[in-house]
Formats: sequence, structure tokens, C-alpha cells
Amino acid sequence: MRRWRYFGYRLLLALPVVFGILILNFFLIRLAPGDAASVLAGESGAATPEYTELLRAKFGLDRPLPEQFVAYILAALQFDLGFSFRNDAPVSELVVARLGPTVLLMITAYTFALSIGTLLGLLAAVARNTWRDAVISVATLICYATPGFWLGLMLIVIFSLHLGWFPTSGFENIAEGYEGWDRVLDVARHLAMPATALGLFYLALYTRVMRASMLEQTGMDYVVTARAKGQSERRIMFGHMLRNAFLPVLTMAGVQAGNLIGGSVVVETVFGWPGIGTLAFNALQSRDLNLLLGIFFISACLVVIINLIVEILTVFLDPRIQA
Amino acid sequence: MRAGLRRFARNRMALAGAFVIFCVVLLTVTAPFLFPQGAFSLAGQPLQPPSLRFPLGTDALGRDVAAGVAEGARTSLLIGISAALSAVLFGAAVGGVAGYYRGPIDLLLMRMTEFFQTIPAFLLAMLLVVILSPSLLSVIIAIAAVSWPGIARLVRGEFVALGGREFILASAGLGASGPRIIFRHLLPNCLSSIIAVGSLLVATAILLETGLAFLGLGDPNIMSWGLQISAGRVSLRSAWWVCTFPGIAILLTVLSINLIGDGLNEALNPRLRER
Repeated sequence: MRRWRYFGYRLLLALPVVFGILILNFFLIRLAPGDAASVLAGESGAATPEYTELLRAKFGLDRPLPEQFVAYILAALQFDLGFSFRNDAPVSELVVARLGPTVLLMITAYTFALSIGTLLGLLAAVARNTWRDAVISVATLICYATPGFWLGLMLIVIFSLHLGWFPTSGFENIAEGYEGWDRVLDVARHLAMPATALGLFYLALYTRVMRASMLEQTGMDYVVTARAKGQSERRIMFGHMLRNAFLPVLTMAGVQAGNLIGGSVVVETVFGWPGIGTLAFNALQSRDLNLLLGIFFISACLVVIINLIVEILTVFLDPRIQA
Repeated sequence: MRAGLRRFARNRMALAGAFVIFCVVLLTVTAPFLFPQGAFSLAGQPLQPPSLRFPLGTDALGRDVAAGVAEGARTSLLIGISAALSAVLFGAAVGGVAGYYRGPIDLLLMRMTEFFQTIPAFLLAMLLVVILSPSLLSVIIAIAAVSWPGIARLVRGEFVALGGREFILASAGLGASGPRIIFRHLLPNCLSSIIAVGSLLVATAILLETGLAFLGLGDPNIMSWGLQISAGRVSLRSAWWVCTFPGIAILLTVLSINLIGDGLNEALNPRLRER
């Protein structure tokens, strides 16, 4: 019961972040040169001052700033994020339709980076100062410096164009009309390279954190106690240390959630992955500010949700954390 | 500080990084002499593979990829260093005020810092560049605007830790003013950690810059590695070299700066020194 109260409390703490993004968005719109009315009037070809004024009145842009602000917040709370004139559809509808592939890509990249990263970090810590540790360290340093979009392009050159193992782009092969498990397999084949391109940077990061965290645990009293009890090294490592050493990695994963979304924007454009990243890229090309702001808001909400999930996982892994 | 530099010089990886960065700087200085026509001019037949005449090949518009890599180095270093510097100045100001004055202003500033740490940084940088319209300055502003929170938290933490120490209490007791304590006593004492973390910021700033330029959010009149890669994408199937070499340049530069940053961290950061 207390645990659930704690989660409720954390949820409450997340609300100011959401509210803050709305405030930031509102001021970013004001920062942009010209308002929606002048842009639209310019596009319609009949940019008379009267027409622009008419549009301004229609969107409520002629009212005082505080009033506009309240209207904006109230609309956003009802999930009305404005209208994308280029796509002729409400922003929230456009973004929500693209959320699925992005979430799938992020979860896959996370799982890949967390599992392999933890494993490699563990391995490096166990084999400290041997050639294995050195190889892992060098590999993580290189992955840590590789831009995801370039890695994606290189993966395409090697694995799609030369070896023909994976498709270059897209979410699935619609022409084949796969169903059931065949379809899952098809999506997985499309997912493999984007997830690798996105996840490798984080894999390197988690490896580094895990290695340092394992080394920190090595000298702890409970490890000495376990060893004094005569437990095997394997059991000390997996039964005692792993869980504790994993906590900083998990915290880091939560902190990095925002960066992961940013990374997925670039990686999605490389692979034509039909998520919010590609949507953002298209909005960028057509300078669709309304849509970009909506994407920013919903991605930030996604980060808040990921942070909450990480929080919940942390409490389950470490029961000492209580409100 | 001097002992720290000596420790840095003993770190072979960090020295290797410093050597690579030295070469990159040398490249940016000699670029106007090596490639007098500039990176945007037509140099030869389009899409030539690497050869003696064009060591890194040419792109779809017949531009010399090597010239682009050389000019891109200048862009990346310029943006990376100025953005990191601005982020350090702003972050140190925010963290310093929060850590010195504490109380409600500390709470407010730190909530703001956490907020900026939570939101998707790359998307915010994208938005800022779009709104300010792509140029060298707007890219620097956008990258600095998303890079400062780490520094702010670091400086605040150091200020809070140092705030209760005797020498600070003593100078306050002697009637030293707030700014005097901050600039004469507190800041010099956390300068080494700021330098170490700030040098790592240059690396992330360069990664952000190349990502933005790849999406077409760089100054269109200035050659950069991200721009080269995005221009080379269309001919990826027939000409792998156009995308590959600028990427290797990014990789080497960022890797080297990370190595230097790690070296500085180990050499200058007192908390790591004991390990």
C-alpha cells in the first residue's frame, strides 16, 4: 500500500514537468518570427492586412498574452495541440498515430543496450586489467564516439547493400502481406538495424557504468561477508552483487530517456522508420512549427512516463527506497 | 594544477587523443592552402572513388570530399568549443548562484535545471534552430541551451560542499562580499572539475552539431561533416566514400576529445584521485 502511495507521489512530481513544457512551448511560438495568421495568409496568396487580421481574430491571436496562454494550456490539457495545416490534420492525431513504431524502436534499443551493456560491464569488471577488459574498454570508447545516423548508414552499406541480409528501410514489407508470426519476423528484420544504430551508444554507456559500479561493490562489507561464509564467487556475483550494481545503470537509463528520443529522431530518418522521428523530420522540411512543438510535448511526456517506469523498477529492485 | 598536468602527461590514451586533436587543428589551419578552391567548388568528375588526385573521392556534385572534411573540421571545432564554453559559463552562473545563496532561489534554479535535464535535448535544439533560422550562431545557441544543466549541477554541488569549509567561513567573517567569495575562493576551487567536465561537453556538442547538420539544420553556406553525410546519403548505393570519411572524422575527433576529457578528469578531479 505504501509503495503505491509512493508511486502516486512520484506521479504528482512529474506534473510540473509536463506543465513546464507547455509553458516553454508557448514561449517558443512567440519567439518565432511571424505568427500562424501571417504564415497562413501568405500561403493563401491573399495576404491583405484585413484578411490577416480576420485570421488572427479567428485563432484568438489578437487577445492579450495571458488570455492566450490560459487558452493554450486549457486546450493542451484536453489533448488539443493545435492543427497541422500542412498535413491537414490535428497535431495530436498525427503524433499518436506514429507513436507505436517509435516506442517499439526505443524498447528494443533499450533492451539491447541494457542486457548486453550489463553483461559486458560485468565481464570487464571480473576480468579487470586483462586483455578482455582492454578490448571491451576500447570498443565502448569507439561506440561512445560514433554518431547514430552515421552508424546507421554504414550498417546499410554493409548489411543491406553488400550482404543483403536486412532491408534498407521501412517498418515492414507490405507487398508480401505477411500475417501472424511471419509478420512479426518481418518487422523484426526491419527493426534490427535501426535498433542497433540507436542502441550501440547506450550499450557503451551502460557498459562503462556497470563496470565502475561492479568495481565499487567489490569492496563492500556484504561481499566480504558472503565470501567469508564460503559462498562461491559465481553466487556472490549473481546472487548478491549483480542486483546492487545494476541500480546505477537503471538510474542512468532513466536519465538518458530524453536523449534516446533525440537519437531515435535521427536514426528513424536514416531508416525511414515510420515513427515520430520521421514525422519530425518531415515537419522540419516543411517548417511546420505547430507539429514540431506537438512532437516535442508528446516526446517529453514519453520521457516522463519512462522515468516513472524506471522509478517503479528501482523500487522493486531495491526495497530500501521508500518515501 | 601543475601536478595535475603532469599526471595527464603520464596518461598515454589522453596523450594520443591530444595528438589527434592537434592534427585536426593543424588540418583546419592548413585547409585554405591545401584546398584553395574551397569545399563547395566543382573539383572534378562527380562520384570518383578515392584516388591519388582525390584521396577521399568526390561527391555527387563533383566536390572534393577531402576539402569538405578539412573545412568541416573547422566548423565542428568552432561550434563544439563555443557551444561548450557558453554552456559552461551559463551553467556555472546558475549553479553558482544556487549553491552560494541556497534557500528558495536554489530550489527554483535546481528545479529548472532538472527540468531541462529531463526534456528531450535534441528535440529542443532542433526547435530552437528552426525558430531562430539555421545559422552558425543559432546552432551554437541551441546546443548551449541544452548542454548547461550538467555543469550547473556540478558547480552547485561543489559550492554546497565548499560552503561550510573554514576558509569560506573565515573570509565571510572578514567581511568579504558575496561576489568576492564566489570569484576568489569558490570558483578557483572547483575550476579543475569544471574544466574536466567542460572538455567532455565539447565532444557531445560536436555530436549534437553533426546530428543537426545531418537533418539540414546547419548553416547551409558553411561546410560541415553532418552536411556532407546528409548530401552523400542519396549516392550511398554507388559511392560509399562520400558518407564514410566525414563519419570517420567525427568518430576520431569525438573519441579523442573524450580521451582528453577522461584524462583531465582523472588528473584534475580530486575525488577520483584516490582510486
